[in-house]
Amino acid sequence: MARNNGLDDNITFRTDRLTKDYVTGETIVQALRGVTLEIPRGDMVVLLGPSGSGKSTFLNIIGGLDSPSSGEVYFKKDRLSDYSEQQLTLFRRHNVGFIFQSYNLVPSLTALENVALVTDIALDPISPMAAMEAVNLGNRARHFPSQLSGGEQQRVAIARAIAKRPEVLLCDEPTGALDSETGIVVLKALQRVNKEFGTTTIIITHNAAIADMADRVIFFGDGQVINVKLNENPCPPEEISW
Amino acid sequence: MLMIIEALNRKLLRDLWNIKGQMLAIVMVMACGITTFIMSFGVLDSLKLSRAVYYDRYQFADVFAQLKRAPVAIRQQVLDIPGVSAVETRVVFGVTVQVDGMTEPASGKLISLPDGRKPLLNNLYLRSGRMLLPDEAGAILSSEAFANAHGFTLGDRVSMVINGHKRSLEIVGIVLSPEYVYSLAPGGMFPDDKRFGVFWMSQRVLEAAVDMDGAFNDIAVRMDRGGNVENIKEELDIVLKPYGGLIAYARKNQMSHWFVQNELNQLRVMGFFAPAIFLGVAAFLINVVMTRQVATQRVQIGMLKAVGYSNLEIALHYLKMVLVVVVMGSIFGIVGGIWLGAGMINIYTEFFHFPILQFSFSVEVMIFAVFFCSIAAVTGTLVAIGQAAKLPPAEAMRPANPIQFRRTLLERMGLEKYFSHLTRIVIRHLERRPVRALFSTLAIGLSMSILIFAFFMEDSINYMLEVQFDMAQRQDISIGFVEPRAISTLEEIRLMPGVMSVEPLRSVAVFLKSGHYSKRSTIMGIRPKPDLNRILDQNLVAAEVPARGLALSSKLAEILHVKKGDVITVEILEDRRPVLRIRVAEIVEEFIGLSAFMDMDQLNRALNESTVITGASLMVDPLWNGPLYQKIKEIPAIASMTIMQKAREIFKDMMSENILKLVAMNIIFASLISFGVIYNTARIALSERGRELASLRVLGLTKGEVAYLLFGEMAVIILMAIPIGLFTGYLMAYGLAQHMDTELFRIPVVIEKSTYGLSVIIVVVSAALSFYLVWRQVENIDLVTAQKGIE
Ligand SMILES: Nc1ncnc2c1ncn2[C@@H]1O[C@H](COP(=O)(O)OP(=O)(O)OP(=O)(O)O)[C@@H](O)[C@H]1O
Ligand SMILES: [Mg+2]
Repeated sequence: MARNNGLDDNITFRTDRLTKDYVTGETIVQALRGVTLEIPRGDMVVLLGPSGSGKSTFLNIIGGLDSPSSGEVYFKKDRLSDYSEQQLTLFRRHNVGFIFQSYNLVPSLTALENVALVTDIALDPISPMAAMEAVNLGNRARHFPSQLSGGEQQRVAIARAIAKRPEVLLCDEPTGALDSETGIVVLKALQRVNKEFGTTTIIITHNAAIADMADRVIFFGDGQVINVKLNENPCPPEEISW
Repeated sequence: MLMIIEALNRKLLRDLWNIKGQMLAIVMVMACGITTFIMSFGVLDSLKLSRAVYYDRYQFADVFAQLKRAPVAIRQQVLDIPGVSAVETRVVFGVTVQVDGMTEPASGKLISLPDGRKPLLNNLYLRSGRMLLPDEAGAILSSEAFANAHGFTLGDRVSMVINGHKRSLEIVGIVLSPEYVYSLAPGGMFPDDKRFGVFWMSQRVLEAAVDMDGAFNDIAVRMDRGGNVENIKEELDIVLKPYGGLIAYARKNQMSHWFVQNELNQLRVMGFFAPAIFLGVAAFLINVVMTRQVATQRVQIGMLKAVGYSNLEIALHYLKMVLVVVVMGSIFGIVGGIWLGAGMINIYTEFFHFPILQFSFSVEVMIFAVFFCSIAAVTGTLVAIGQAAKLPPAEAMRPANPIQFRRTLLERMGLEKYFSHLTRIVIRHLERRPVRALFSTLAIGLSMSILIFAFFMEDSINYMLEVQFDMAQRQDISIGFVEPRAISTLEEIRLMPGVMSVEPLRSVAVFLKSGHYSKRSTIMGIRPKPDLNRILDQNLVAAEVPARGLALSSKLAEILHVKKGDVITVEILEDRRPVLRIRVAEIVEEFIGLSAFMDMDQLNRALNESTVITGASLMVDPLWNGPLYQKIKEIPAIASMTIMQKAREIFKDMMSENILKLVAMNIIFASLISFGVIYNTARIALSERGRELASLRVLGLTKGEVAYLLFGEMAVIILMAIPIGLFTGYLMAYGLAQHMDTELFRIPVVIEKSTYGLSVIIVVVSAALSFYLVWRQVENIDLVTAQKGIE
């Protein structure tokens, strides 16, 4: 592995011996025990691993939601661990799109407004309507979240995440609450964004089959990276068998 | 099952711990409500009880009369009046008291005590020393108030001018009398224990000193159970008329009693009004807050139902939470009430002279206050639980289920493009829950109105003083003569050191009647265009004294049910007691007292006398105060002297001792309540929307933007609450003024702009402080935890 202090422009994230300890009273949980990884630009990455293996912890740290106990995280040339609170906010605002298992839409804004909320503060967004159309929800733009199904809400969340044209898209079990058919629609949307905008996309899932559509599959186990598998020929989401 | 209940109890404790800030705020609001309630009613009850016991044990009389001079023998005649059970006759004599080291003269009242037996009526409570021996000369008993004011102890001597002779008398006992619970010098406006004292002396010694052997000039009567006061008064007047008897009066018009009663009435209004409002507001707030608190637990209630808890079990679970609040609020409230009540009582002992005055409160009052707040808290909780329990468990449990929103009116009008997305969120939240927004608005508005109400008291009292002393009674000194004197006396006064101008006064005690309404009062005969002792018309502008007829103060006109132009009957309580018919020519305004005014010459003519005066108003050069006071002290003809500046100070002191302390307390409580309400509203908003705010933070919104969402709504509510608070505050002040309209004084509804301003500032500062506290919570929102979907 080339050690150039993260100066390689083709690497979006690089972590070096990343650890995270949770201290709860007497006990210490080591959620991450030295994760060293590189995630190249434009890759579609899937994180797999048993429950509790540290996947979400890793994603939260590289997304700037949490800080590591030790080790380094680089986003391109910058060391994230050096960022101030304010810089982290700007980092999330301009570079990262998050998608979670729960959709977390603002209930008092319509679907379109939920997207616009983000494009309002982004540097170079696409129009909110274009984002809605990218997830095939152009006709539901004026609905409030309470008027949308779970899958539709998740697609609004994707539209909201991609509308600012982030460099990275971080998804923690985006299809976890969805049936297979809706799941495929969501995955298709993610893949399209990855291909069209070249957005580095990291998806956490429990569905090993989804790994077939990734360029790179990273296996987590007990707070460590167990294996990294490169996929020469990712298959389209439709062909995934759930 | 037991295990699960235990788990539920543990949840209760953790929930309580998590919302400790809010719970504390509710406890505080509740405690404030209960405290004022217990304190005020306790003080009222204590005063009433002490008075009742005192009057009873020391045989306070029922009917009183003063007269010129009558032989002791007519006592039997009075005893024969049906309904009379005891009679005591006395000699009461006004004296000048000279105290070393005091420049201005003090006045006193010397009262005879029967030799060799206890008085039948108006007995004395001996605080220290001993009672008088039969025929003991050279010894007196002194009222405790006067002795305390001068630091006199047993064995000290006081100089008095009795009937023109100066005597040095030894204080052998210090006493209290039910007749002087509140002691006021004749013609004085406020009690001044330094300048007025009451003393008791052997009857035979006093009779000899003032040439009243075998005679009396003061009589007190006690009636038996079936007695009729009106009859006794009438009969007594008939018996005493040949002896220069003045109109007899019942206990309710006895000076000390009247003042105490007035204070009790005032306290009843003040002590009821403010606490009732506080308790009401507190109960209302507890209700609102508990409702919202339980509503935030909707998901958990759904879960508990889903796993098989009955509605009853769930209700009981949340009621325990309320119980903790109610118990804590009650304990703090009761302890605070007793503590402050005892403090208030201490203040009262300074100007109400009871042998013993102790704070006691009735259990009923306490139970009522606690019960009232508890009911409010419990119903609030039950309503919220009812709402949550109505939902099918599945629906209540779906946390991800977004609350329903719709386009607001503003948007349907096409105005949305003018609002940012954040502002739209704020507006939609307000519109989605209009009732809740309204309740929060009302709660904050009400807490603000009690602030205004509290401040208003101070404003009005200040205004009242200003009118009384800067506009009406502008003299520096008022003096009163022992007997009416020729107008030429005025010239002598003018020549005294430092006197810059003098105005004459002819005052006469009268009994005013119109139809079956009547009132004892004083007619003040003054110059037509007075410069010092002025009268004010109903717009508070100095008015001329009508050339013909009477000018009645508006309260007196109200009591007599007369208006301008009516003719009333005036019985002069002097000498031959002529009865006149006089037209009411003018109604004038007076905040303190109950007087009638008349042109002096006209009064002299009506009384068939030459131009005589009974007193004078002086404007003096303060540089000459010392020599002037000395001079006045040396003139036996001057019975009383009131220094207006001192009177004003005493009144202010008196006010700041009781009402203003109460006011200060109300202000503190009202501020606490405002803060409690606002803090709670902000906290609940945060707990309801913490997840939404966290996900916005994940999206890259700054803390400032997130704070705008949270506080924007609150800010709108506070802005709406301000005018409501200002308006209801005014209404409360107005209501109080109506109730405080007593014979002693009237409270004008005066609310300074600064009061409104200060109330707004307190609310805004409370809001800022709440926002700051909640803001710290926003800062601590854990972005990761929030994403896990845990509320
Ligand atoms: N706030 C926390 N406090 C204490 N321990 C935590 C905390 N968050 C996570 N952990 C622990 O860290 C470990 C890793 O958690 P993480 O959420 O990263 O797992 P995961 O791989 O995402 O699991 P899953 O697939 O179930 O989502 C777990 O053992 C978890 O118990
Ligand atoms: Mg996870």
